[in-house]
Amino acid sequence: MVDSYQILQEQYEKLLEEYIGQKDEQGLYQGQQFSKKVLENQISPEEMVSLHLDIIEGWYPDIPSGLRDSFEFLLEVMIGYGLAYQEHQSLKDRQKELESEIDVAANMQQTFLPAAKPEVQGLDLGVLTMPASKMSGDYYHFVKDENDCIGLAIADIIGKGVPAALCMSMIKYAMESLPEQRLQPGGLLENLNRVVEQNVASNMFITMMYGSYDPRFHTFHYSGAGHEPGFYYNAQTDEFEELYAKGMVLGVTREASFREYKKDVAPGDIIVLLSDGVTECRTEEGFIEQEVITSLIRANMHKSAQEIVECVFYELEKLQGFQLRDDFTLMILRREV
Amino acid sequence: MSIQSCVEVHTEWGIVSARQAGRNLAKDVGFGNVDQARITTAISELARNIYLYADKGEICIEAIQELDKHGAKKGIKVTARDKGPGIKNVREVMSDGFTTSGGLGAGLPGVKRLMDEFDIDSVSGEGTVITTIKWLR
Repeated sequence: MVDSYQILQEQYEKLLEEYIGQKDEQGLYQGQQFSKKVLENQISPEEMVSLHLDIIEGWYPDIPSGLRDSFEFLLEVMIGYGLAYQEHQSLKDRQKELESEIDVAANMQQTFLPAAKPEVQGLDLGVLTMPASKMSGDYYHFVKDENDCIGLAIADIIGKGVPAALCMSMIKYAMESLPEQRLQPGGLLENLNRVVEQNVASNMFITMMYGSYDPRFHTFHYSGAGHEPGFYYNAQTDEFEELYAKGMVLGVTREASFREYKKDVAPGDIIVLLSDGVTECRTEEGFIEQEVITSLIRANMHKSAQEIVECVFYELEKLQGFQLRDDFTLMILRREV
Repeated sequence: MSIQSCVEVHTEWGIVSARQAGRNLAKDVGFGNVDQARITTAISELARNIYLYADKGEICIEAIQELDKHGAKKGIKVTARDKGPGIKNVREVMSDGFTTSGGLGAGLPGVKRLMDEFDIDSVSGEGTVITTIKWLR
């Protein structure tokens, strides 16, 4: 430390001498380069002032005492800058630490999502989820029971970032601790609602859509808890309709009941479930219209379900200048023809 | 052990007296101008904290000496003592970026950086004692 300080001192003296002798831009450029070295060696501003004064005093032993004192004054003022700089460095280090912690948490969160999609004869399933920042407040879940019925869940925690992510992990465990026997969508949401109401802070809300597809009868039963409506594509009429389920957001009241809806799914029909990050895509002109999403799905309909969700995501991301404002989750289930 | 000199801090004049006493002693001990200014700034911050949050207290300054393997080392010890409200959450005030006065003051983390050793004892409702040392190199 002492050595490197001495070396810097000598370098500074030499550069200063050159500059005073020639007074050219080259000299100033050297000074600018030197400042990087000073920062690297964590020389504080007050030390620089003192170093400068020492050199000047060495060169001009009879500088006016007023000038000399002015440097003492400057030195005093510079101490504050030195402290602010050190604090800035330490806050920068802490930010790095926090970011790497969040990276670890985000990786952990990825493992909460189902590792693989269930395979069912005659059904094509695609899903994509993308957090707006590192951690997500969206959640989806698949489950296949012994009758090959597929349960699909999509949930959105109001808010985003770390608090939403913490809440999401609770939803995952709540869903997994529900009774083993297959629950009807309405009953499942009632159970979850109780868990959320008892365990989550009253200012956090969760919306959810849960559906169960029975491949033996090709029926889709579903219920919703204040969740963004999805879409249902009717292959026969070649039209999209809203897939809406009335129900209270989870966690608002202890006793809530959820109406159950039913669709008979014909070959080629498509069920689209999504989070509000999909419908609330914002471009410079404002929110996008639902038709934008349905027409994107339509344009990619010849592809597999997974390819459709990926294409829709890419197009919507592009529309927003590759900046997501909210967590995005899109799920597509198609009965194959 | 040398004699401690204590300055009562109750007004901004007290802050200035504490600074002056610290600077004089730092000079006597043999600190260079940069360290003199650092010690003085640390005293200033401690005294301001007393003035702002505890209404009154005292700053005591003494020259100290300690024997270590390189021989005797000299230093200056500054103790700030008050019977104010105390600090409820010491960890919080010791973390960077924390500020109660909203100003750009160095705060306690700044004092810790300016000095070599730093020790704080605070009991809520009873007061605060901060002891800090700078060694002469």
